[in-house]
Amino acid sequence: MSNSMQTLENHTSSEYKYGFTSNIDTESFAKGLSEEVVRAISAKKEEPEWLTEWRLSAYRRWLEMTEPHWPNVKYPAIDYQDIIYFAAPKKKPQYESLDEVDPELLRTFNRLGIPLGEQKILAGVAVDAVIDSVSVKTTFTKQLSELGIIFCSFSEAVKEHPDLVREYLGSVVPPADNYFAALNSAVFSDGSFVYIPKGVRCPMELSTYFRINAANTGQFERTLIIADEGSFVSYLEGCTAPMRDENQLHAAVVELISKEKATIKYSTVQNWYPGNKEGKGGIYNFVTKRGLCDGDYSKISWAQVETGSAITWKYPSCILKGDHSVGEFYSVAVTNNFQQADTGTKMIHLGNNTRSVIISKGISAGQSQNSYRGQVKVARKAQNAHNFSQCDSLLMGDKCGAHTFPYLEVENPTARVEHEATTSKIGEDQLFYLQQRGLREDDAINMIVNGYCKEVFNELPMEFAVEAQKLLEISLEGSVG
Amino acid sequence: MLEIKDLHVSIEDKEILRGINLQVNPGEVHAIMGPNGSGKSTLASVLAGREEYEVTSGSILYNGQDLLEMDVDKRAHAGLFLAFQYPVEIPGVSTATFLKSSVNAVRKGRGLEELKPVDMLKLLRQKAAELEIDPKFLQRSLNEGFSGGEKKRNEMLQMSLLEPSLGILDETDSGLDIDALKIVADAVNKLRSPERSFIVVTHYQRLLDYIVPDFVHVLSQGRIVRSGDKSLAFELEERGYDWVREKA
Ligand SMILES: Nc1ncnc2c1ncn2[C@@H]1O[C@H](COP(=O)(O)OP(=O)(O)OP(=O)(O)O)[C@@H](O)[C@H]1O
Ligand SMILES: [Mg+2]
Repeated sequence: MSNSMQTLENHTSSEYKYGFTSNIDTESFAKGLSEEVVRAISAKKEEPEWLTEWRLSAYRRWLEMTEPHWPNVKYPAIDYQDIIYFAAPKKKPQYESLDEVDPELLRTFNRLGIPLGEQKILAGVAVDAVIDSVSVKTTFTKQLSELGIIFCSFSEAVKEHPDLVREYLGSVVPPADNYFAALNSAVFSDGSFVYIPKGVRCPMELSTYFRINAANTGQFERTLIIADEGSFVSYLEGCTAPMRDENQLHAAVVELISKEKATIKYSTVQNWYPGNKEGKGGIYNFVTKRGLCDGDYSKISWAQVETGSAITWKYPSCILKGDHSVGEFYSVAVTNNFQQADTGTKMIHLGNNTRSVIISKGISAGQSQNSYRGQVKVARKAQNAHNFSQCDSLLMGDKCGAHTFPYLEVENPTARVEHEATTSKIGEDQLFYLQQRGLREDDAINMIVNGYCKEVFNELPMEFAVEAQKLLEISLEGSVG
Repeated sequence: MLEIKDLHVSIEDKEILRGINLQVNPGEVHAIMGPNGSGKSTLASVLAGREEYEVTSGSILYNGQDLLEMDVDKRAHAGLFLAFQYPVEIPGVSTATFLKSSVNAVRKGRGLEELKPVDMLKLLRQKAAELEIDPKFLQRSLNEGFSGGEKKRNEMLQMSLLEPSLGILDETDSGLDIDALKIVADAVNKLRSPERSFIVVTHYQRLLDYIVPDFVHVLSQGRIVRSGDKSLAFELEERGYDWVREKA
């Protein structure tokens, strides 16, 4: 193991109660980033010339950029030369049976209702269940391909559908969009690719059955989803199961393209390692997520439940280009202990009669800091734009903080923009009332928090919502009193 | 049932209850009256276990147990119920969800099995009907946007579902119209039994026409300054609190 791996190991292992040990054999490059490394990554993945060049130009732009410091988060400087940019994990089972796995981890899995087979895979136990999941995957892939739906890894898409990738890659998040997007564009490892053909309604939530595979998507993930005219897709990212990753820095890019009358629903549950109770370790999660409502009557809806990571920097956005297009953002962001989150959305109204809805629910506990940052922009030519924003903050205890930074830029007088914001403390009155009615304190807290998050949970696919609810319970355990 | 001895309670170093003595036997109804700010709600809150109030001295025995040692939810399991003067709103939590959780939590605490969903639904419907509560209310967020009277009726619904052994009603009659008052009184009277006791805090003698108390106590400046039977309530109505204060 290299030195930096060792350091990260030390950072992330001790006390991580949901911990996976990371005895993964990896084929890795030396630390550091250079043109050679970018070329080598591209070569390893057997990419076409144009993509190598695309990465290189992103890398050159990145060199000229500086890391943004406007978010309301604090962390020690990142040494980008101290990171390994390519490590193909060769997964090897670490345990013979579940009996060897940390019982605390299993307890969490059970509370989240994760099936036994998946538990084993997530915990790294050698099982034939892997075979099962592969066969499940094959069955569904067949069903999808009969409808013309493409759902595969990004690398596979580069090989099998180069024209689609080339047309849309970077079309919503240009390589030099921001510092972390540029970095991702230069060195992205893998991710998902989805294409839904015209008029097709994807018959299942994508990734529900494949989330096991998502466990290893890596540090610089790239996702591209294209919904062609009149199509519909609901995509689930992430997994409620606690995710351990030996990489501290994560910089993903997600691009969505919704054509005329198409709808993309993108739901995320993020539960990466948040660092220990003293605020040591934990994932830095710098994500660029953006959707383009390209056609008339197109729609993109983001729903997210964020409980993990030491630092979250994330603003899923919608560019409402088509007339009558709709952008939605529903978010629950929980911070506990020393976590910091600066998250929100951007709604850019370009077309006529466009609508956007923002519902953001922040929950801060411990000594954490939770910021909402939202931008609503209405361009000069955009007639009759309508935005409704509601940003609520719930404080648990008095050492945590909640901050709201709304930015409004309205250049067209026909726009209607409504903004509501509240900050409340979890009420002693509410807790006392529920406990007087026989509920235990933690059940009372969960009931209040669930009620508070209800509008967001309602937007999540059913089974995801149930898991998210349990996840919140675990994340906030013991945070009051 | 309940035995309060020389109870002293402070909040933020201000003494609010200054030596309360009260004995409630099974089956009895005690009315507590007294001017605003005299400490009636404080007494009710301390009985239910509200932490902000500091008990500086005295003791409370509840069915032979040291009540002050018990957690809030454990008191509820043990049959103590407080109908709040100001019921609390909980956005996003439907009244039905709350009632189900509450009934099952209390049942569990009493060593009973949780109710099956069908039986639970039947029970909720039946009790709601008795209190003339529209079932549609059960789908709304708990107490959110309920009128004053609706909130109070909702408190009585909870009480009849939880079948407490000691019901404490803190001004449940305030803000009720005449018809609602009768409905609420009916709910209490229906629960009255030789094993069950009530403490009814009220400002109005009128309620006591419907819920006839065995004893009436007047609380003033943190002390029970006078106790009597229900005729005391009439006397108060006529002569006001100054009369008690003078006599005290
Ligand atoms: N949390 C608190 N902080 C400070 N003072 C308090 C608090 N709670 C109660 N008090 C004070 O204690 C005294 C008694 O209040 P309490 O609510 O018990 O009166 P009450 O008899 O119920 O009055 P009312 O008839 O108006 O309901 C009042 O002076 C009140 O201001
Ligand atoms: Mg009162």
